[in-house]
Amino acid sequence: MKRVTPMVVMGAATFYFLIPIWWLFVAASKSRSEFTGTTPLWFADFALTDNLGELFAYRDGVFLRWMLNSVVYTGGAALLGTILAAMCGYALAKYRFRGREAIFNVILGGVLVPATALALPLFLIFSRFEATNTFWSVFLPSLVNPFGVYLARIYAGASVPDELLEASRLDGSGEIRTFFTISSRLMFPALVTIFLFHFVAVWNNFLLPLIMLGEERLFPVTLGLYTWNTQVNQLPELRMLVLTGALVSIVPLVIAFLLLQRFWRNGLGSGAIK
Amino acid sequence: MRAPKKALLFFILPFGLLFTAFYLAPILYAIKQSLYRVERTGTFGPAVEVFGGLTQYQRVFADGPFWESIGRVLLFGVVQVPVMLGLALLLALLLDSGLVKGRRFFRLAFFVPYAVPGVVAAIMWGFLYSPSLSPFDAVTGNVDLLSADLVLWSMANVVTWVYVGYNMLIIYSSLLAIPQEVYEAARIDGAGAIRTAWAIKIPLVMPAIVLTTVFSIIGTLQLLAEPQVFRTFSSAVSSTYTPNLTVYSTSSIPNFHLAAAFSVVLALATCLLSFAFLKVTQRGGDK
Repeated sequence: MKRVTPMVVMGAATFYFLIPIWWLFVAASKSRSEFTGTTPLWFADFALTDNLGELFAYRDGVFLRWMLNSVVYTGGAALLGTILAAMCGYALAKYRFRGREAIFNVILGGVLVPATALALPLFLIFSRFEATNTFWSVFLPSLVNPFGVYLARIYAGASVPDELLEASRLDGSGEIRTFFTISSRLMFPALVTIFLFHFVAVWNNFLLPLIMLGEERLFPVTLGLYTWNTQVNQLPELRMLVLTGALVSIVPLVIAFLLLQRFWRNGLGSGAIK
Repeated sequence: MRAPKKALLFFILPFGLLFTAFYLAPILYAIKQSLYRVERTGTFGPAVEVFGGLTQYQRVFADGPFWESIGRVLLFGVVQVPVMLGLALLLALLLDSGLVKGRRFFRLAFFVPYAVPGVVAAIMWGFLYSPSLSPFDAVTGNVDLLSADLVLWSMANVVTWVYVGYNMLIIYSSLLAIPQEVYEAARIDGAGAIRTAWAIKIPLVMPAIVLTTVFSIIGTLQLLAEPQVFRTFSSAVSSTYTPNLTVYSTSSIPNFHLAAAFSVVLALATCLLSFAFLKVTQRGGDK
């Protein structure tokens, strides 16, 4: 009895979390006519490859372009943004200088400002320079992640000993070289966590591309799927494309998440306790 | 440690510049924009931007639908955040209790929805809710989950589905960080699993719960992708259903000055609420 109740709860939760994804997989494997006529939770004729072919061919492969855009927007911004946040957080943790606390507090205040509140003013600023509806109008603002600086400061303080920096100074290594050769290695697990946080934040930021971008070829995949979904009533053939596209868009992320999961656990733990 | 100036600039300047350009500048610019208004001479005269003082804010505070939408997301938050975090805490405690086999599998299974972006999750659940397509037609055939009464809670379910696993992982990580010696005394006293969880584990992971609550509050007030997507599934979701939808639809009229004022009020409300929550919980902890 003592073990049955917990297992039942866990089983029910697993069902709740995984059944929608299972449904999506099954739905994406069906032809349009079978989608409505057959049992939703089990396969009919397995037409996933046909659907994929149709998805990738639709309007000169615009979907693949969206996937590529998403990889560049999110992967690129998260990678570069993590390095910048790490450098800044590291300096705030390891060096003493005037105005350090002031800078840190301003950045910390930035954590509380919701990213969506910035989307509209960013649009207005970019339109002053006639730079809306460009790659950079989404990419550049996505580089900034104040929470990453906060985490980097905590991790750098905890994982990079002062003695090590002094020793490498005595060896004649410059501060910048020390950071890239020694300190960043010590901070590496933390950096992966910051990267993942940043990645998800950019990946989920929907308002910024929605406001900034008008041209379809610049869309990230989320905005692309959203636009298709709003057209389903006029163009019913888009429905299968939306479902197949939704499946394709989450597969790489699910795999990446599962592979990197230990970093989530370790990093989040030390971040939350402080 | 003291640092050579050059190195310091090298470390801080790149982030500092971007932060200034894409965080501080937009905030200041939004505040400035919100203080202006457009004036026309005659109906078809050229539009001129003139300083309007707090006119836009008067309009914000007189805007019924906007405050309704604030009330809506607050109601959403008051129900959804505790349900989501309660579920996350329960699952984390069960994972940590030693009563469950296959911990690794469950941890992964619960975390998978977090990889699904809000827009895609909303599209998926939109299909699952619709009476003709849903696999759960026993439910959707009898209850209209997309009706005006229920659509808010249908969206709450989407948000819960995405974020429970993530919050569970935060809480679970801090449970793992509790040193085993802490449990010794409880074991000697013969405290059971439930009593240990209640009296020892929950108080010790309180900082993690506070952190997840603040993030959830921020997230709730920003609700956008889910209602925006649900507008295609349900006519009950209006263009001012949540504060951020109001910002978006006001800026597409376009009335940028009013939209900027909405943005400023919303950002302030979010900051205040998370800050107040932090203060209240800290005071509770001092006792």
